[in-house]
Amino acid sequence: MNTHPEQWAAIYAAAPGSSWGFCALLKGTSVVVLKVGESAVHSLPPPTIPAGIHGDTMTENGCEYRDRVLTMDTMNPNVKRVEYAVRGPIVQRAVQIERELKMGIKKPFTEVIKANIGDCHAMGQKPITFFRQVLALCSYPDLLEDSKFPEDAKSRARRILQACGGGSLGAYSTSQGIEMIRQDIARYIEQRDGGITCDPDNIYLSTGASDAIVTMLKLLVSGEGMSRTGVMISIPQYPLYSAALADLGAVQISYYLDEDNCWSLDISELRHALQEAKKHCSPRALCIINPGNPTGQVQSRQCIEDVIRFAAAEKLFLMADEVYQDNVYADGCKFHSFKKVLFEMGLEYSEKVELASFHSTSKCYMGECGFRGGYMEVVNLDPEVKVQLTKLVSVRLCPPVPGQALLDVVVNPPQPDEPSYDTFIKERTDTLATLAEKASMTQEILNQVPGIKCNPVQGAMYTFPRIHLPPKAILEAKEKGQVPDMFYCMKLLEETGICLVPGSGFGQRDGTYHFRMTILPPKEKLKIVLAKIKEFHQHFMEQYS
Amino acid sequence: ASHEILNYMMHTLPLRGKVLTVDTMNANVKKVDYAVRGPIVQRAVQIEKELKEGVKKPFEEVIKANIGDAHAMGQRPITFFRQVMALCTYPQLLDDNKFPEDAKNRARRILQSCGGNSIGAYTTSQGIDCVRHDVANYIQRRDGGIPSDPDNIYLTTGASDGIVTILKLLTAGEGRTRTGVMISIPQYPLYSASIAELGAVQINYYLNEEKCWSLDISELQRSLHAAREHCNPRVLCIINPGNPTGQVQSRQCIEDVIRFAAKENLFLMADEVYQDNVYAEGCEFHSFKKVLFEMGPEYSSKVELASFHSTSKCYMGECGFRGGYMEVINMDPEVKAQLTKLVSVRLCPPAPGQALMDLVVNSPQPGEPSYQTFMKERTAVLSALAEKAKLTEEILNTVPGISCNPVQGAMYSFPRITLPERAINEAKAKGQAPDMFYCMKLLEETGICLVPGSGFGQREGTYHFRMTILPPTDKLKIMLNKLKEFHQKFTQQYS
Repeated sequence: MNTHPEQWAAIYAAAPGSSWGFCALLKGTSVVVLKVGESAVHSLPPPTIPAGIHGDTMTENGCEYRDRVLTMDTMNPNVKRVEYAVRGPIVQRAVQIERELKMGIKKPFTEVIKANIGDCHAMGQKPITFFRQVLALCSYPDLLEDSKFPEDAKSRARRILQACGGGSLGAYSTSQGIEMIRQDIARYIEQRDGGITCDPDNIYLSTGASDAIVTMLKLLVSGEGMSRTGVMISIPQYPLYSAALADLGAVQISYYLDEDNCWSLDISELRHALQEAKKHCSPRALCIINPGNPTGQVQSRQCIEDVIRFAAAEKLFLMADEVYQDNVYADGCKFHSFKKVLFEMGLEYSEKVELASFHSTSKCYMGECGFRGGYMEVVNLDPEVKVQLTKLVSVRLCPPVPGQALLDVVVNPPQPDEPSYDTFIKERTDTLATLAEKASMTQEILNQVPGIKCNPVQGAMYTFPRIHLPPKAILEAKEKGQVPDMFYCMKLLEETGICLVPGSGFGQRDGTYHFRMTILPPKEKLKIVLAKIKEFHQHFMEQYS
Repeated sequence: ASHEILNYMMHTLPLRGKVLTVDTMNANVKKVDYAVRGPIVQRAVQIEKELKEGVKKPFEEVIKANIGDAHAMGQRPITFFRQVMALCTYPQLLDDNKFPEDAKNRARRILQSCGGNSIGAYTTSQGIDCVRHDVANYIQRRDGGIPSDPDNIYLTTGASDGIVTILKLLTAGEGRTRTGVMISIPQYPLYSASIAELGAVQINYYLNEEKCWSLDISELQRSLHAAREHCNPRVLCIINPGNPTGQVQSRQCIEDVIRFAAKENLFLMADEVYQDNVYAEGCEFHSFKKVLFEMGPEYSSKVELASFHSTSKCYMGECGFRGGYMEVINMDPEVKAQLTKLVSVRLCPPAPGQALMDLVVNSPQPGEPSYQTFMKERTAVLSALAEKAKLTEEILNTVPGISCNPVQGAMYSFPRITLPERAINEAKAKGQAPDMFYCMKLLEETGICLVPGSGFGQREGTYHFRMTILPPTDKLKIMLNKLKEFHQKFTQQYS
């Protein structure tokens, strides 16, 4: 062992407030005693203590105290590599600032505006009345006697409860999800895709889309070294992907979206990324987010065909994240599901390409993030693997049943002859129309600012503008050990209360800087936010030029 | 070089079509087993479908005694909880005079701490602030005033989620330094499944069936010692009250376990989801947290502990909501930051489950309008369970060849069954574990769905099954009698 006793001592330095600091440490003949409050050198390298010997050696030498079992040095190294910027340091600071405001601390603003996350209801979007009526009825079935609830809500609730064990939302469901709901989803997909068949057995309900994405990635990860599974993800990407890949110890293969062409996907870039990756791993999956997060592009039918051809030629498992499928705003843009395009390309592809597509209750016009409802459809999955998938999800028992019930009403909403239809359509249309308006407003206002350049928000809920940062600002950020766009966003937060996520959290081409901002705040507030950003950016540019 | 060969093969030989096959999938996932929803349950679901289609069977319905799913077995939800959930879901009901004031107050308070006052907003990843405060207060009351810090509370998607998360944090090293996790045998198979999936090393310690499934420190010592030969044991998992074994640990036993964990440098995980399910006289639930702190700072400032609770068991039985929490004690602050980061990737636990957890820890108080109904419902559920625990033990013990420990707590009986040599041989010839063979036959002949002991682990050459005590009393009696009859017939048939 090449660790010095002094180094050991540093490692055993206490966490404040515990008696750990009194630990006497022994190694060979040296004894080091640290007291609480004594400053210890934290920057020393960790000791390498072989397994097993550790505890015994200490007790043999009469030490009553010991190191913690679980420390930064002994924890799962993959977890350390996980990053999730959408809830990272900037959001933590935002929460802190909110507390400070509550405590009466004066700031140059009166509230924190969280434009960091696609959290519709938190930004004031109202839930769809029909959905909440059905869920209330399911939660407290005594309300089925209440004349205040419309009949269609009651009949949906009765139908859901009949499919629950003991007629209760509180019973476990089958692990794949309630069968009746899977049938409803299959019908919904069939309608969406112009009649292409969908088998309820291929539907898996999940705890939000994230859960299903991680599960599919988990199945795909195998091999070691050169044969380790590589997963292709877009840059910029939604950081769930990079986080899950780090957690699973898979190899991330980055392909860059073309910012100059409205963040479109370029097959030659896919090919290039794949060729490079084959030198050090075994690329097996290709992830697509459409409509794009954080980039807001909507893929053309042609592009999707090309991606499918590429996946077929290169033997890649396709993962299509389609949670924003109803969020398409730009003229001439339309959502095409990968499933539909795949089946329209003929048997050569539809019998061959393995595909998992994901949807959720959290986005679109519903915005019901808190319920963690979601599903995936698997296409051409090997039957034996499917058995393994079913087994794997059974360990977590079942997805939350209220989320499953909510998903059922999303795929089975009021029909034209039902009493809730008009209200439902009105609420849905209003929400989507407002989002479309905010999408174009955001793009217009941001593009007026010298040094900010923003692609049209064709779909989804975010803009991902490129920001020009002066060299002096970049230098100052680097001196502080911060990524330049983190430095920018942190300053924006401190000065205006606006919470955005730096582009570095999603990935971007070297030397370019961005931020992600949701278009979700109410229109009037959004205008103010955009005006404040404009002002801040101009001020920032002056300050650092 | 081997990769080049592989690459060559992939591009020249006609291969199977799929990217993802059982040969190329995650090898750890293949090793995962979860008997509670395993083949026997799949067959039960099939039989249910057959019955619906009119296929004739020697029984009319399948009784699923395989899983602790209280509501599915007819237990009613607590009215107050569901009223508040309805109010949170559809706040227009707050204007309705049909709901009691205490339910409305709870709902308002929960909604005020939700983004945009909607249960549809994401919460902070650790869980809603006010819910974590309520959980901490609840723990403090439960543990006779020992303080609990809301910052140490993490809300989860059922207890399973919390357990897997902590195991994930703890798994590191390779070969001999790979993390070893000590679990009881019999165990709840979530543990073995998670350990397999994470590629950690499972270390078995056996509970003492002759002594009412109690935990023996010398057995812990033995298994730890043996494990140190090939891995790095770092975690000790305890389920109390026990699943599937139903024992309730004595205070002394818990103290001994804590001393053992301290001495051997083990992180303690205490699965306490059945904490209200204690039936036997002289038995009491002691939380690991409480005992740890009563043992003085030598232990309480040192031993790392995570304890788990959920909305799914006790008198609530609200499994579908996937509510739960864990409390972490003495966790390294830097690791805690890593834990917070890790859970943030999944955004947040389901908000309805969090709301329900809040009600469990902040139930109606004396003086509030719902108090009496709440207490009545709660007591009725728990005393019915106590009665069924006793009934199960008594009837099973009258059957020659079945021997069953008292169900001191939790929701299951795990009786030992004697299987004739011929049955064992026939099972083996079929490639089945003998108790799987037994349970499958029971299912086909009586419609009763149990889980074979082999799914939980058992001493070699012994056979068991797990059965929940949840069916309504009348149905439970019928079921136990059917079981008795089946066992006698089975024994005759194979002797």
